[in-house]
Amino acid sequence: MHPAFSVVFLTTLIGVGQGLFLALYTGQLYSVVKVLPVQDSANFYGLGSLIAIAFLAAGLLSSFFHLGHPERAWRSAARWRTSWLSREVIVLPAFMGMTAIYGLIHYLGWNPVLFTFRETFEIDLSLLVGAANTVLAFTLFLCTGMIYACIKFLQEWATPLTVVNYTLLGSASGFMLATAFASHQGSELTSFYGGWAIILTLSSLVSRTSSLVRNARIKHKSTLQTAIGVRHAKIEQKAQGFMSGSFNTREFFHGVSPTAFSLIKWVFLIMVFPIPISLLSLGLTADVLFLYGLAFAVQYAGLLAERWFFFAQSNHPQNLYYQTV
Amino acid sequence: MSQLALVIDLNVCVGCHACVTSCKEWNTSGTAGYMADFNPFSKDPTGTFFNRVQTFEVGTFPNAETVHFPKSCLHCEDPPCVPVCPTGASYKREQDGIVLVDYDKCIGCKYCSWACPYGVRELDEYQKVMKKCTLCVDRIYDQSLPENERKPACVMACPTSARLFGDVNDPDSEAAIAIRERGGYQLMPEWGTKPANHYLPRRKTRITIHEDELVRVDNPLRKERQLPMPDSDEPTLDDVTSW
Repeated sequence: MHPAFSVVFLTTLIGVGQGLFLALYTGQLYSVVKVLPVQDSANFYGLGSLIAIAFLAAGLLSSFFHLGHPERAWRSAARWRTSWLSREVIVLPAFMGMTAIYGLIHYLGWNPVLFTFRETFEIDLSLLVGAANTVLAFTLFLCTGMIYACIKFLQEWATPLTVVNYTLLGSASGFMLATAFASHQGSELTSFYGGWAIILTLSSLVSRTSSLVRNARIKHKSTLQTAIGVRHAKIEQKAQGFMSGSFNTREFFHGVSPTAFSLIKWVFLIMVFPIPISLLSLGLTADVLFLYGLAFAVQYAGLLAERWFFFAQSNHPQNLYYQTV
Repeated sequence: MSQLALVIDLNVCVGCHACVTSCKEWNTSGTAGYMADFNPFSKDPTGTFFNRVQTFEVGTFPNAETVHFPKSCLHCEDPPCVPVCPTGASYKREQDGIVLVDYDKCIGCKYCSWACPYGVRELDEYQKVMKKCTLCVDRIYDQSLPENERKPACVMACPTSARLFGDVNDPDSEAAIAIRERGGYQLMPEWGTKPANHYLPRRKTRITIHEDELVRVDNPLRKERQLPMPDSDEPTLDDVTSW
């Protein structure tokens, strides 16, 4: 497939936004059960939610560049019964709206304690809104992943690992950003987020490498023989029906040399996993904001390469009809 | 339920591209607007087509043969491109099984083209909507045309009658009979899309003759050798019979 930068930015940016919200809410949840200290509502949760929304909005904006008719984008909420893309189109704004409500509750202090559990744990409004929004965050990961995983003949994508990778990589980058954010706010949660960022990055290393190993040994079901229905070991394409390319040759081939293709894989493997983990570990020993920020920036740049590779690696069966590109 | 489709006979297709040009001519002149063309008369021409003819060489010389392979939307009975469409612009008609795109609803997200294993959907890069073969839906029901012209433009144009059009679910239709009696097959059956369009394979007519069939076992010549010539004054067989 030919990776579209609009979709590369969409999927990585909303991943950061979702991950950041999950980090904020995890911190709040821990503080309710008195494992971690309570944070300042307006400065920490309010501002944090605003940053998450900024990432989500940037992703949403980026997605419009993928459309031929962005002015008709509202129509895409119609087929949520059958289309994962339609479901994503519904869940993404819902998640943004709920994150905004969550942030506003904190920022404006409209956070009444609804009930007290066992007379120790105070359950306030933001906790319930956040719980609902956590469900939306994971639903959004599911929708984004399933858009690709549900196309069964794109065999590189058609695996549960696609959804797992989107979830883990998005969460890892969000927790990475949360570490930098907490450090900037002078919060005690810095090392908590940093620890989780490392755990999530390592988990995503396992799942992403699994999918790379799986895809390296994949056996494609369709062959030129089944594509044109002629049973002969040697079939050679002599003409593809045109001379100067078409939608089929532009949309489904990444057009990069095998060397560069392999290079991009190693670039993302290094930039997403070892470098951010090293920078973060180094930062955690001395609590250096610059290193946290750098760790996030390097990982995000690596995720762009990762997403490019994810799209480029998928081998569409229609390419069988275009052997001489 | 009826399912209109094309049956393409690879045995007689000569790869002349008449179906390609007639398809483009008919569909670019329709009410849906023209089909994009970029640099049509200069270097690197490209554009939108509903139908392409490709050419494959099967085997190695001298045991090679050329297969011309027309390729257009197969109007699958279980089309994977339809459920993925987020707007409902892509749909399959109940009454005749034609898979169509509502160009006014299409947002041009290209997701349906990813979900088609055959690569027969093409984004019109001028109108920015997805386009594909309509089986000339604006032609086959047109009451103002003579009845024998209510067929897709490609079928009308084919000089070798390699393209048959009909309801593949009607056992008495020309298309269904051709599939049944001449080994019609579907492309990429492994994905369960059940394409309605079928292809008829290349065929060779061969008869098997064994050695003993060339020389009759009961040939009287074997025992009696050559019959002696009749005497010159006797009537020959030619004189007494009328053959």
